[in-house]
Amino acid sequence: MSSNNKSNSQNEKVLLKGNEAFAEAAIRGGLRFYFGYPITPQSEIPEFMSRELPKRGGVFLQAESELGAINMAYGAGAAGGAVFISSSSPGIALMQEGMSFLCSAEVPLVALNVSRGGPGIGGIQPGQADYFQTTRGGGNGDYKIPVFAPASIQEAIDLIYEAAELADKWRNPIMIFADGIMGQMMEPVSLPEQRPFIEAGDIRKAKPWAATGYGEDASKRSIVKSLRMQPDELEAHVEKLFEKYARAEKELVRVETRDLDDADIVLVAFGTVARIAREAIDILAERGIKAGLIRPISLWPFPYATFDEIGARTKAVISAELSMGQMLEDVKIGVGKRLPVRLIHRTGGMIPTSLELADSAEKIYIESGGTGFNNILINNTGLQPGRRSGDKEVL
Amino acid sequence: MSSQKLFFAGSGGQGIILMGQMVTYAAMFEDKQTTYYPSYGPEMRGGTANCTVIVSDKAVSSPLIYEADCLIAMNLPSLLKFESIVKPGGIMLLNSSIISEKASRSDIRVYYVPTLDVARELGAPKSANMVMLGAAVRATNVVKRETVERVMREKAFTGKKADTIPLNLKAFESFSV
Repeated sequence: MSSNNKSNSQNEKVLLKGNEAFAEAAIRGGLRFYFGYPITPQSEIPEFMSRELPKRGGVFLQAESELGAINMAYGAGAAGGAVFISSSSPGIALMQEGMSFLCSAEVPLVALNVSRGGPGIGGIQPGQADYFQTTRGGGNGDYKIPVFAPASIQEAIDLIYEAAELADKWRNPIMIFADGIMGQMMEPVSLPEQRPFIEAGDIRKAKPWAATGYGEDASKRSIVKSLRMQPDELEAHVEKLFEKYARAEKELVRVETRDLDDADIVLVAFGTVARIAREAIDILAERGIKAGLIRPISLWPFPYATFDEIGARTKAVISAELSMGQMLEDVKIGVGKRLPVRLIHRTGGMIPTSLELADSAEKIYIESGGTGFNNILINNTGLQPGRRSGDKEVL
Repeated sequence: MSSQKLFFAGSGGQGIILMGQMVTYAAMFEDKQTTYYPSYGPEMRGGTANCTVIVSDKAVSSPLIYEADCLIAMNLPSLLKFESIVKPGGIMLLNSSIISEKASRSDIRVYYVPTLDVARELGAPKSANMVMLGAAVRATNVVKRETVERVMREKAFTGKKADTIPLNLKAFESFSV
């Protein structure tokens, strides 16, 4: 199908596959350089970039590996180029050393993880088990990377477009955490206007820190590096980085909430799982259980303070995720000792249906002392009315 | 209609993905909320292919479904595997040109669509999926038929493929449910 979208005006909707939309958003955001290596479920991105970027004045370069890609990104970014890279879980894992270097050297980058099941080479179906890798840092040393997790193709476009600016503003990599479902699905979207690419001659002015050589004033040569042999110098540098991260913790928190003040139970989910949770919330409402939702959009900084908005009526907080329980730890920090925190999960590329999520949430609600109007039936039979989650596989 | 969930299933090369994308485009043209999600994996021509299309008046929540308002089964494995996902009172369309089995359920509406036979009669055997798409759109009213025509002209059959529009349209309009 033709997905030519260059001629559309800003508000005209176009139908785009997630991966193509991510790539288009990166180009329109002004990210002129792309280095990558194919991996399912995001190979449409390098394919799209190889076709589009050269035509539009950018540079596409297929690296020999993900290690090559991240280090090309480090080099191009250090020289002032606006860089976008993408991969999927095992490929992102290979890039972690580079991420640590970029953070230390304060080099901007927008990186996208279209994540899949792990550990190891894992599988190619969707997963969220890179949560720790992404939010805690898979590389060495003290550093942080702001991470945003979109739940729709439109939100992904908006976040990638904004991330292009944030990376420069914060002089740090910004990570977008999508999943295989988002990469493969199609939704109607509006695309933002093309931001102009920075020309090479304008880099010294736009990014005075960039390694652009001596220029006119030989005393002001910029050096971009992560090696600091003197411990006092390194400590001061890390302290400086963490002053920046402390500001980021105040300014970059993003979260969507629903009905926290009078919810019987609160679901916490991000990305595609948050959308499944929204449908599960509708199913729970039919069963007389009011479920609230916390959807962290920023995974780091995590919206801990949002958990204080949960009202007195709530019996338990549930982290729903495609991992063995990684975001769960942040949810526990957010909730503290106030309420029980439970986990609903699938992993390895399996995805819960909204019905499965609703059934599990209802069970947790009852176990936590809640009473929905269906619970007499549950108590008598041990079964819930309607179809059981075990009956149906997700499609 | 507030929301319809359609599931297209068949084998690679039968035009499953195209059918799903055309409904999604049509829904977008009608300013409806819509999400399309294909199965993905190590797939190939002759392997299995399926996709989910959700068309709704409000924002689509889960892109994944566990039950469908309408199943479009283009081959026998799809019938056997997915017949049970159709909601009671829902619709199933079977490609009766290559599926000789009958539906086993009596609580759904079933249409037997001889897609290949109809397409061959029109002299357009490659348009069997358009015969099925026409039948599915008529049976579900998920989008307007004229919107699908617009999708053919503006999205599905552009450039060199524009020559195929008259026959594809004929195939699309050929089966009355």
